[in-house]
Amino acid sequence: MELITPAIGLIFWTTLTFGILFFLLKKMAWKPILGAVNEREESIKNALIEADKARQEMQDLKSDNEKILKEARAERDAMLKDAREMKESMVSEAKEEAQAQAKIEMDKVKKAIQNEKTKAISEMKNQMGELSVSIAEKVMQNELSNKDKQLELIESLLKDVTLN
Amino acid sequence: MKLTSFYKILTLVVFIFSFGIALSQEHNTREVSDESHQDTDKESKFDITSMIMHHISDSHEFHVYGNNEDSFPKSLTVALPVILWTGNGLVTFMSSEFHHNDDGTYLVEKKGLKFAKNHGKIYEVKGSEIAMDEHHHPTDSKPLDFSITKNVFVLFLSAIFLILIFGAAGRSYGKNGTGAPKGIAKFVEPLVLFIRDEIAIPNIGEKHYKKYIPLLLTIFFFVWLNNIFGLIPFFPFAANVSGNIAFTLTLSVIVFIVVNVSGNKNYWKHIFWMPGVPIPMKIFLAPIEVIGMFVKPISLTIRLFANITAGHIIVLSLIGLIFVFKSVAVAPVSVMFTLFISIIELLVAAVQAYIFTMLTSLYIGSAIEEEH
Repeated sequence: MELITPAIGLIFWTTLTFGILFFLLKKMAWKPILGAVNEREESIKNALIEADKARQEMQDLKSDNEKILKEARAERDAMLKDAREMKESMVSEAKEEAQAQAKIEMDKVKKAIQNEKTKAISEMKNQMGELSVSIAEKVMQNELSNKDKQLELIESLLKDVTLN
Repeated sequence: MKLTSFYKILTLVVFIFSFGIALSQEHNTREVSDESHQDTDKESKFDITSMIMHHISDSHEFHVYGNNEDSFPKSLTVALPVILWTGNGLVTFMSSEFHHNDDGTYLVEKKGLKFAKNHGKIYEVKGSEIAMDEHHHPTDSKPLDFSITKNVFVLFLSAIFLILIFGAAGRSYGKNGTGAPKGIAKFVEPLVLFIRDEIAIPNIGEKHYKKYIPLLLTIFFFVWLNNIFGLIPFFPFAANVSGNIAFTLTLSVIVFIVVNVSGNKNYWKHIFWMPGVPIPMKIFLAPIEVIGMFVKPISLTIRLFANITAGHIIVLSLIGLIFVFKSVAVAPVSVMFTLFISIIELLVAAVQAYIFTMLTSLYIGSAIEEEH
């Protein structure tokens, strides 16, 4: 029975202690602790939102970069193509020019050869004429003495003649 | 699962054990009192019931160790102040003035009044010695006793501990700002957050919990620390504060006041005029609901008191076995069982503090619930 009879003294002291404890702890502990925890939770929440935003921005930036890169690549390709075309055209032009030049040279040479040839032929014709005249002269001189000698002479004369 | 069922069986065994002891002891005490009537000089048997009752009751002095005053090792008892409210006003003196007398034969005279202590209670003696009835119960009046008893002393101690621990934690937050908790705050924060996230918010709701969280936190840690202090078996702890009905009653009354003061229109309507039922039912339910209003704090009072006191009784019974059998050979068994029970009691200490806080927040939650 004594065990379940509350004593007035302990009730009084418990009330007093609990009351003081409640107000002291509320002021010294619960308010700062819960305040700091709430603040931290808020800051973490904000940080997460910020991080999300940053990630979104990064993604945007990345896609922008890719676009720029793509454009740059296309430009480079176009430039390369142009350069190749230009090179080809330059080479073919040069070739054509060279061929034309060569043709002109050849024509010149051919003409010169032709000239020389005609010159040589006319000279040969002249020499042949002179030769025939001299032969005829000698034949005429020998004709009077002997027929055999005439033939011999012609023969020996013909031997001397070299046609080249 | 296996472990818990093992514990259940163990607890059951211990319960049966202690029941047996209690029954046999009842028999013994009757025997002892009969004998003491017949021949008083025969050496009295060890009375386990009175030993246990002595240990779980409050006391005006703090017994540290030892049993005798004369031989080595001399017993040590810390005197505590006695504060009495009498017809002649406030009377204060140290409990050492009773010279450890507890049967009312030693009288202390203060302010022209004579006081005697009998079984832990102080009486104002009118005659030349304490008046007793035929059952050896004092018949003199008791002055209002506001003494700093053993329980009050430990109560103060626990409050100081709490202020030191949580004050330090609070200060560390002031210095640390929103950074990660450091030092003692690292230990305190999970517990505080547990009360907030698992008890306060689910039961009271996101909207109102901020108003009640300081009360819930204070109750939880106050009850828990006193439960733990009760399990520490030496000075300056070892008092059965949270197993004392005055302590649990006071906390329950505080909870009762808070619940009913914060009760809204909906709460009172549910008590006196239950919505959604026919009128005869409303009339029938009202007295039941009113009784329920009072049953809640009473159940809080008894649950904590009975759980903690039962734990102390089991531990004391197991240790008492050594003296009942008068054999040291029993000691290993007693100590092993006590160890088991103490570990379970450590769990009970936390669980009971949790349940008390949980139910408090549940009652508050039901008192401020909006109509749905």
